[in-house]
Amino acid sequence: MTREAVPAERVREQSMVPYGGPQSYYGQPVLKEPVWTPEVPLYFYTGGLGGASAGLALMAELTGNHKLARRAWLNALAGVSVSPVLLISDLGKPSRFLNMLRLFKVTSPMSVGSWILAASGTATAAAVGSELTGMFPSAGRAAKVASALLGMPLATYTAGLVANTSIPAWHDARLTLPFVFAGSSAASAGAAAVITTPAKQAGAARRLAAGGALVSVAAALGMEKSLGELGEPYRKGLPGKLSRVAGALNLAGGALIATRARHSRPAALAGGAILTAGVIAERWAVFRAGFMSASDPKYTVGPQRARIERRRASS
Amino acid sequence: MGSNMAECHPVGFQWVLEAKERGAKVIHIDPRFTRTSAMADLHVPIRVGTDIAFLGGVINYILENGREFREYVKEYTNARAIIKEEFLDTEDLDGFFSGFDEEGGVYDISSWGYEGTDEETAGGKEKQDAAVSGEQAHGAHGIELKRGKLPKEDPDLEHPRCVFQILKKHFRRYTPDVVEQICGIPRETFLRVAEALCDASGREKTSAFVYSVGWTQHTVGVQYIRSAAIIQLLLGNMGRPGGGIVALRGHANIQGSTDIPTLFNILPSYIPMPHPQKDPTLEKFIELNGPSTGAWGELSSYMTSLLKSWWGSAAHEGNDFCFNYLPKINGDHSNYATMLRMLDGQMKGFFVVGENPAVGSANGKLQRLAMAKLDWLVVRDTNMIETATFWKDSQEIETGELVTEEIGTEVFFLPAAAHTEKDGTFTNTQRLLQWHHKAVEPPEDCRSELHFFHELGKKIRQKLADSQDERDRPVLDLTWDYPTVGRHQEPDAESVLQEINGRKVETGEFISTYEELEDDGSTTCGSWLHAGIYADGVNQTARKKPGMDQNWVAPEWAWSWPKNIRTLYNRASADPDGKPWSERKKLVWWDEEKGEWTGEDTPDFTVDKAPDYKPPRNASGTAALTGREPFVVHPDGLGWLFVPAGLEDGPLPVHYEPHETPFENPLYSQQQNPLRQRFDREENLYNPVESDVFPFALTSYRLTEHHTAGGMSRTVKYLSELQPELFCEVSPELAGERGLQHGDWCTVVTMRTAVEARVMVTDRMKPLEVQGRTIHQVGLPYHWGQRGHVTGDTVNDLFSLVLDPNVHIQEVKAATCDVVPGRRPRGKALLAFVDEYRAKATGHRPQATAS
Amino acid sequence: MSHSVLTLDTRTKADPRYGFFTDTSICIGCKACEVACKEWNQVPEDMQGFTGKSYDNTQALGANTWRHVAFVEQRVPVGQEAAAEDLVQAAERANASDGWGLDTYQDGEGIRWLMASDVCKHCTTAACLDVCPTGALFRTEYGTVVVQEDICNGCGYCVPACPFGVIDRREGDGRVWKCTLCYDRLKDDMEPACAHACPTKSIQFGELSELRERAEKRVEKLTAAGHTDARLYGADPDDGVDGFGAFFLLLDEPEVYGLPPDPVAPTHNVGQVWAGVFAGAAALGAGIAAAVLGGRR
Repeated sequence: MTREAVPAERVREQSMVPYGGPQSYYGQPVLKEPVWTPEVPLYFYTGGLGGASAGLALMAELTGNHKLARRAWLNALAGVSVSPVLLISDLGKPSRFLNMLRLFKVTSPMSVGSWILAASGTATAAAVGSELTGMFPSAGRAAKVASALLGMPLATYTAGLVANTSIPAWHDARLTLPFVFAGSSAASAGAAAVITTPAKQAGAARRLAAGGALVSVAAALGMEKSLGELGEPYRKGLPGKLSRVAGALNLAGGALIATRARHSRPAALAGGAILTAGVIAERWAVFRAGFMSASDPKYTVGPQRARIERRRASS
Repeated sequence: MGSNMAECHPVGFQWVLEAKERGAKVIHIDPRFTRTSAMADLHVPIRVGTDIAFLGGVINYILENGREFREYVKEYTNARAIIKEEFLDTEDLDGFFSGFDEEGGVYDISSWGYEGTDEETAGGKEKQDAAVSGEQAHGAHGIELKRGKLPKEDPDLEHPRCVFQILKKHFRRYTPDVVEQICGIPRETFLRVAEALCDASGREKTSAFVYSVGWTQHTVGVQYIRSAAIIQLLLGNMGRPGGGIVALRGHANIQGSTDIPTLFNILPSYIPMPHPQKDPTLEKFIELNGPSTGAWGELSSYMTSLLKSWWGSAAHEGNDFCFNYLPKINGDHSNYATMLRMLDGQMKGFFVVGENPAVGSANGKLQRLAMAKLDWLVVRDTNMIETATFWKDSQEIETGELVTEEIGTEVFFLPAAAHTEKDGTFTNTQRLLQWHHKAVEPPEDCRSELHFFHELGKKIRQKLADSQDERDRPVLDLTWDYPTVGRHQEPDAESVLQEINGRKVETGEFISTYEELEDDGSTTCGSWLHAGIYADGVNQTARKKPGMDQNWVAPEWAWSWPKNIRTLYNRASADPDGKPWSERKKLVWWDEEKGEWTGEDTPDFTVDKAPDYKPPRNASGTAALTGREPFVVHPDGLGWLFVPAGLEDGPLPVHYEPHETPFENPLYSQQQNPLRQRFDREENLYNPVESDVFPFALTSYRLTEHHTAGGMSRTVKYLSELQPELFCEVSPELAGERGLQHGDWCTVVTMRTAVEARVMVTDRMKPLEVQGRTIHQVGLPYHWGQRGHVTGDTVNDLFSLVLDPNVHIQEVKAATCDVVPGRRPRGKALLAFVDEYRAKATGHRPQATAS
Repeated sequence: MSHSVLTLDTRTKADPRYGFFTDTSICIGCKACEVACKEWNQVPEDMQGFTGKSYDNTQALGANTWRHVAFVEQRVPVGQEAAAEDLVQAAERANASDGWGLDTYQDGEGIRWLMASDVCKHCTTAACLDVCPTGALFRTEYGTVVVQEDICNGCGYCVPACPFGVIDRREGDGRVWKCTLCYDRLKDDMEPACAHACPTKSIQFGELSELRERAEKRVEKLTAAGHTDARLYGADPDDGVDGFGAFFLLLDEPEVYGLPPDPVAPTHNVGQVWAGVFAGAAALGAGIAAAVLGGRR
């Protein structure tokens, strides 16, 4: 064997049973990654679409824009119908989905959210039923109000759902993420309405779409900044890419809608589609950022250790 | 030392930690830093195979610094005995004792005896050699001493030929510098250990040694234990609470299977098996094998009672109690000798019961090649082990050395019941027998060993029932009338225990102690040391009175032999006048008023023998020992610092290098144990000593997660996932030198074969400085084979057959090897790979390996 | 730890409360706890293969591993713990342990091998329980946290909620699984399987208040003997989960063992979470209104 011996110190650095360093146990994660599948970020979108569309529909109706209102109601129904299907499909035991309604627990955004979705879905279905058939008009009006009111928290509670975990990129964004989701939901409802509503009646939708896109991008940036080091997952790897793509798509779609959709049907369609892609990308970025934040122990250990040091220093 | 107690005896180890909590210091001396070391106060890395040098250094330290427990040594050991003038030590003969016969390769031990004893020592044995038979054969238990007294002695321990001075002279060269030179242990560390040991011994304190197969599996294994025995006697630690030597066994009932033996040369309770004699009589046998003083003085009672137990009414005075029904040993029929005969085609059949020699025995290839020569093989096990399937999936099938279609061995596999599916006892290292109750019926065809052998016996007796041949009488006359229970007709285990206990023939009353046994045929006893195990008709081993409801000895939990004594030789816990050496360390003592020995433990002494007792003229047995001689199994009642008879390779331990070693023995010209058993044949090639080709020291060991040869652990998913793969522990220095990558593969090579393992680079393996250069040590756990949920190469395939001469145990704890990165070649390429190494190591090409 | 206005106090009120004290200073790394747990609870096998992470081939707690023994090999100077302060203290420590370092090698550097059996902490404020929407996770009369496997629908919310990364969903099964503190054994007045099997009593089961007292004394004893690294982890009822139901004595920082140094149950901030949600909802409502009404000028 003529190979030169590698000095033991170098072997220690590179290739042996690693010493438990000050930061982690063999670099293993401290937290568990979520077990959720891509249905979940898709649900963020459909829930946001359903909830914000209901709000748009009610407001449109109140201002006499019935063409926009009807389309918005249909978008809302589409949103809240697809949502449960996605959620149930993501369950480990889908046949037991009704167990979500066994109790109402305020410490669990998923519990509260399941009720919101159930109530909102019912109200929206009733609202649309009355809208299309003209039957039970007063009940229908009440349902519409309920649907619109419930639609607001329906759109933003999912931010609370992910924030109410131990994953630093989510939990530490608990005060900022809801605004990202609010903006995205507005953009979702606006974009869908722009696609389905004739341009003359779609003005509110266009404003909602463009405004939502702006808020979504601004809120995302603000969230990421406020997270500091913990915001790294929104900049790195897959979630980073998605985040950047989302920002670009949101701005492009929003701009297209704001400037050209009024007079060009293709621009409206394209803008709506691009913006929809953008908001889905944004949801997906947030989703994947959580996985990355969970899988690297430094995001958990670093801030906690710093917190301990601060406590010690001040005591 | 020689033990990884936390990993291999974790439940027992809790008591070590308990002691540590109470201030005890735990020192772990082991080539590897293990889970035991992690809990010790001090870990001392040592070169494999050099423990005698270390212990010899401790003995020298004790003697040079006057740290011995003087009164104890004078009164209770044979330190004062004067040895024959003809005796010469290794100091005089450069590594030999007097009496070595070059031609025969054995010692004539007569010069080792006490001065004043005649030629016939060891019950007629001059030559110590298991292969030798007849009147020349092994007698186990010592020498004939008139009235149990030392013929010549110097109570002041100053006579140049008294044991004490011989000891001093013998160990004088085992200095701290020598320890550093041989063991690789810095002298300061060595002195620290020696000091700590001495400081923790004496009147007020005691120390214990714990060992296991790290000590026994050497060509000088027995002498390792002897070294510890000398230390403990010098320090006055024997027979005292917290003292002694704890011999941890290799699995749950090895102790039991040694006591009621599965070894070829002993009968139950260590009665020697008879060898052929010119005029074979029971009387002659007793004469040849038993001294007349000490507990073995009653050998005739033990033997007769055993024979009566086995042959019942067929055994009477007229036919010497069927003594000649016993087979006679005419040579070395130990495990490995037998396997070699098997390899040479001399054996027809083989029963393998609860063992897996294809994985567990040294030189695995030799074992498997041997089994391929049998006519038939019966394997009984709870799992389908490698030994049962060698014919289709052994390593030799892969290399082509064996071809399934050409193996003529008919293999029978009989499924065995697990320990929860049968009644019985486990005997642990403390000689404690604990009963385990059957919890469930064995499934389907699984049966217990008791059932199997009972049925086998029944069937054989049926076949022989009409025989007129004299040689069938031993089988037909056996008492074979055990009651059976249940739908499987399981022999009642308690009835066997009762037979082991023994009865008075006429009344059927149970024996209470071995002292009740007679040699006139009026008593039966299957195992004299166990007499009392069923006293008063109670299964003593099944007693489970909680420890907290008893004194600290807890004598009413289970039962230990002999006589439920928990600490052997506990007479030594009191001074010659019968008063405990210290209040703190009292165990048993003499109650003058009651005229008896009493205390926390059952006294290991005749209960009413006063400390000032002097034996009458014609006394025999233990009655021939005085009131101040605690080691009652010896003919002189003393602890033997020097062993005048009974060992093959010396009355005193000597540092010899292992058979395969990277180093020269700096102490003597004689490098290795001259009596070690070696087998030079092509299936058993040895690594040359101090070879560049095999420069590293090799050892094997166990992990907590697996059990011996893996049959009971690699078949269990929960255990398999804990340690799924064979790995090899190496230091970062060695990894750097050989280019080994942590987590990757490496191949370990010896003259026998090569195995592959995952690399674990760790600082727990430390290179040592020995004789001016660095030595790397490599360790592998030996549990893997090719069957089960997790498989791997068999580590014992690396080791050769080279044995301790006294007990024929294999040396698998110290050898040499090479390690290279990467996986090993497979099939024929493996043979070529090994051939290359052999050629390099020996400088010539061996014969083409059989294909 | 301050609780915001909207936080519900979900701490267990069980009295007496039962739990574990795992004293890792006497763990011998035998993994009897892992095996006993699997045997009793019929937990599926979880083969990871050879990891090279010392003797740890189990790696982490999960749906199929409810007790996990961690192994950490460290180099430490003899006679000192990992966090020696100054020479005086070091000398005092050396004296206290009468010159006996932890381990001695030739060059004066020792090896330390930490071994620790990890388990679900059965937190006083249990995030998994607090987020469970079906009520499958519940608090037993012993103060422990248990999943009702006939109710769990595998929504997986508890998985990222747990600050310790304990609970997980079982592949092929769909539900989440974790240590039950042998609820069934407790009902029959038996101690949990792992505590029963542990040969050195590293794992101790009992009334939590009593265990905490015992643990305090143990740390005192170890510190006095020179092991100044010994500390309790999870015994403080004011910590981020309001104290663990299964707490530990560690010989180094928690992150060395893969444990979070300052875990906080997200429940403590649930008020802020809802505040955010409703602020966002309100903003969305205002935004929609603005968008619709904004064009009427």
